[in-house]
Amino acid sequence: MGFLEKVPQLDDVIARLECAEHLEELQTIIEWLRDHYAVDDMVYHWVSSNGTQYGCGTYDPKWVARYLEKGYLRIDPVVIGCYQRFHPVDWKRLDWSGKAARAFMKDAMAHGVGHQGYSIPIRGPNGQFALFTMSHSCDDDQWNSFTELNRRDLILLAHYFNQTALMLEPGRKPEPTQPLSPREVETMTLLAVGYSRAQVAETLAISEHTLRVYIESARFKLGAMNTTHAVARAMARGQIVV
Amino acid sequence: MIRYLYGDQLAKYPRLARTMFEDRADQFKTRLEWEVTVDAQGQERDAYDDLNPLYAIWETAAGAHGGSMRFLPTTGRTMVNEHFLDLTGGVAFQSPLIWECTRFCLSRHSEPGMAAALMLAGGEIMQGFGVKHFVGVFDARMVRIYNRIGAAPEVLGTKGEGRQSISVGLWEFSEAAQKRVSRVAGIPLQVSRGWFAASFGDVVPQQGVNAA
Repeated sequence: MGFLEKVPQLDDVIARLECAEHLEELQTIIEWLRDHYAVDDMVYHWVSSNGTQYGCGTYDPKWVARYLEKGYLRIDPVVIGCYQRFHPVDWKRLDWSGKAARAFMKDAMAHGVGHQGYSIPIRGPNGQFALFTMSHSCDDDQWNSFTELNRRDLILLAHYFNQTALMLEPGRKPEPTQPLSPREVETMTLLAVGYSRAQVAETLAISEHTLRVYIESARFKLGAMNTTHAVARAMARGQIVV
Repeated sequence: MIRYLYGDQLAKYPRLARTMFEDRADQFKTRLEWEVTVDAQGQERDAYDDLNPLYAIWETAAGAHGGSMRFLPTTGRTMVNEHFLDLTGGVAFQSPLIWECTRFCLSRHSEPGMAAALMLAGGEIMQGFGVKHFVGVFDARMVRIYNRIGAAPEVLGTKGEGRQSISVGLWEFSEAAQKRVSRVAGIPLQVSRGWFAASFGDVVPQQGVNAA
């Protein structure tokens, strides 16, 4: 990690994601993210209700080809364990006990897939289902620390990534993001002019607890990673005027 | 014990599922007189049950439903965003880190500590999955119970009168509250953690397995 200045910042990645005009650009972005998080692999895998797949990521192309050729979609415990779910899943918690699953894992590892993994399922519109996955080789403690520390950012990123993928796919539309409500606009405006959270809460006559939920919600609607980023994006989009 | 089940997993526990939907009919239709739909089998279901939500269910020793609640991420359709915006200051909460929690139900035969056990389950979900906030829709009279348990919501608004009064409120996780609720429930945190692990795939200790 001695080359921090070379590692792209998350805000840049998000900006790049928003500007992406072709699905191929998602490949560059996911490589950036892999470097940012310093994990072996990062993969986005979309499965439609009609079984079509789209993916990008850093796995060895040989493994991707093999996965498709062998029809591993039907036995991959990650896909089976995450399908129709909405909670993030550590691969250790999946059922790898079946013969086919064990053979699959062996084949994956032979192709350089790490034995640790964390997958975030995403439910899109019309039965769209996608997985955003990090994989790595390290011990359990290291992996637990990594996922504990980063899981919320990764969950947000997974959803932003999927929104872009849906936008770029012909004939698809992401679930429309709800507009900021007037209360959220007020919140972001007051934060933008430098009010502290306590001052914003007092001005809006709400608790700081309620304010935290407003900010959380506004952050997601604005496609941002943190509050500062959310304020900047709200201003850039003209959703708040200071 | 608490079982965490997605809608598509309920079929594996037919008695638990049937008694849950029956107890919901009993609570929301018979006792609270809410305008809910009860089918010919005496079960209460709504459109959100069709979205494959996650349920936390207290299963009695006899395998029946004792109490339950239902979770959905606010990135998709939710009851609060579709029906209760008048109680949230007009804010449609939307984030994968904010989940909706609805249909908090206790059977007539619920045992002491069961409500607390369910709140404990909510805390496990937050901790286990990185969820920051729950936005809940509940019978306004539940607030007393939540307070007694030590898991008071921040009530955003209430409408309706008497038994039909409905509130929307917020919860977030705190270690202190989780410990308090664990004491009230009479369920040690490790036991609660164990139920969560059992539902979502136990982590096998890796000692000596990590040859690589």
